Amino acid sequence: MGLVTLSVVSIIIFSSMELLPGDFGQAVLGQAATEETVAAFRRELGLDQSAVMRYGQWISAALQGDLGTSFSGRNASGVDRSREVIDLVVPRLRNTLFLASVAALIAVPLALILGITTALFRNSIYDRSVNIGTLTTISFPEFFVAYILILFLSSLYPVFPSLANVDSDTQFSERFYRTALPALTLTLVIVAHMMRMTRAAIINLLASPYIQMARLSGATPTEVIIKHALPNAWAPIATVIAFNLAYLVVGVVVVEVVFVYPGIGQLMVDAVSSRDIPVVQACALIFAMTYILLNLLADIIGIVTNPRLLHPK
Amino acid sequence: MSQKQNTYSAVDEVGAVTEQRTFLKRILIDLRKAPYTARFGILIIFIYITVALFAPILSPYGEAEVFPEPYAAWSSTHVFGTDQIGRDIFSRMIYGARNTVGIAVATTVLAFLIGGVLGLAAAINRSYLDQFLSRTVDVLMAIPSLIFALVLLSIFGSTVTNLILIIAVLDSTRVFRLTRAVSLNVVVMDYVEAARLRGEGLGWIMRREILPNILPPLIAEFGLRFCFVFLTIAALSFLGVGIQPPTADWGSMVRENASLIMFAQYDIKAGLTPLLPAAAIALLTVAINFVVDWFLHKTSGLRDEI
Repeated sequence: MGLVTLSVVSIIIFSSMELLPGDFGQAVLGQAATEETVAAFRRELGLDQSAVMRYGQWISAALQGDLGTSFSGRNASGVDRSREVIDLVVPRLRNTLFLASVAALIAVPLALILGITTALFRNSIYDRSVNIGTLTTISFPEFFVAYILILFLSSLYPVFPSLANVDSDTQFSERFYRTALPALTLTLVIVAHMMRMTRAAIINLLASPYIQMARLSGATPTEVIIKHALPNAWAPIATVIAFNLAYLVVGVVVVEVVFVYPGIGQLMVDAVSSRDIPVVQACALIFAMTYILLNLLADIIGIVTNPRLLHPK
Repeated sequence: MSQKQNTYSAVDEVGAVTEQRTFLKRILIDLRKAPYTARFGILIIFIYITVALFAPILSPYGEAEVFPEPYAAWSSTHVFGTDQIGRDIFSRMIYGARNTVGIAVATTVLAFLIGGVLGLAAAINRSYLDQFLSRTVDVLMAIPSLIFALVLLSIFGSTVTNLILIIAVLDSTRVFRLTRAVSLNVVVMDYVEAARLRGEGLGWIMRREILPNILPPLIAEFGLRFCFVFLTIAALSFLGVGIQPPTADWGSMVRENASLIMFAQYDIKAGLTPLLPAAAIALLTVAINFVVDWFLHKTSGLRDEI
């Protein structure tokens, strides 16, 4: 099912190139290009072939790791300074994965603890204050959170650098230090979502009759949570986590731009502004793939950890 | 709803009058009972609407009027100073309310028109149409919407019309799902069956039989969708691919003045300038969330659902 969705998505991303108004070669090479250059360029890209054939070539090349050649750096004078998309994408993808995993490592345990405790002490002052806090963070645009953090932690009290420019030579500790602010921003944004959804899931569970039964049979609150509620809660919680990691994929774009972090999100935004279609396609494909895989993972975890589905009658 | 009939009916007339009165009264009573968060939200939304409507009267300078001093400090002539090419930030904030909020409202309305009509049609006519629409929506929702919007904007170019159309279509998928889900529960009711047997058309069943019954969740969804659209547009403008200059817009204003934030140590007001438009966005979304929360709480027990 995931594979089917993925291939349909790749078709959509590919055919979006077909929708480009005007002549593609002309648009890339500029007004000064002669008819012959445009024709040669079209031949080079294979634009004189049918769309179905080109899709086949594109997808098979993409599967072998060849995502095409970027348009930027190409011009009509004949000097070719363009770079392979794969060379642009890979180092940046590594940076983005680093940032996302740091954020996820902090956010997931924090959100789970907050979600479970607020569900337990429902309607207490603790629950209410956490709720108001997360509700406001949800309503804030990512860049607002990011700039508030910059204002306090980088401008007024210079603790962390506001620009997170890392490259492949950066030491691990240095890299960690520089990505602190973007990671913190992402953490704040997804903790709010994750915590609210965990809380809702647990509250739903605590309302079910067997929890009441366990309570009436004299089990202590800890026993009720660990032995009765949690086994059934893993499925919704796993869904929540995967859903939010997928959300992380999107949030990363804005955060990378704020902190000038050399990740794949910034690459994509730059490519969109300069209408560098092969790069946009490659980035979109990677983002969509991650998103679909995470959602698929959530479904699988949901099935595997569900006690009712593990013991068929 | 019943006063639009062509035929005269005394019962209808009396019914309409009482209905209207109680409706107004109900709103007033509800407002008095509303928690202070909801009242605060309503007040904020009202202020935003006023500012957006009367932007040219309220703002001291024009939207794209350039003054000789770029990055001017806060003063009596320029309340929040000027931006990187010397435009008055306060005036641009006010015009930004009109542009950003206006575009977001237009997008949400369009998304609801597309998603709502298709969702209702799919729920009523559960044949190949339903299958086709649902599978299309599944595929569209498999791509993160911000990423999809970026791809489409890179292809069609960043104009306001494109922005509205692209985000409306992407967002209508979620409206479609919700409308279809809630109206599936209504479609099986006997009175819908009766209307169908009476020979009413698709349009009548949609508008008169089903729509009034699924309105509360849809209105709440409208608020939440609006927040989402608003944040998406702000994010896109912030990334530089949304609303294009010289049109004043909160998202791009944050980006344009972002460098000022590093001067906060020397002049706290300068450091706050880029945060003002962002705070304006945040305040409106918080206000709408408060109102929607209260509305959901009032109409059903949906409060803890996100």
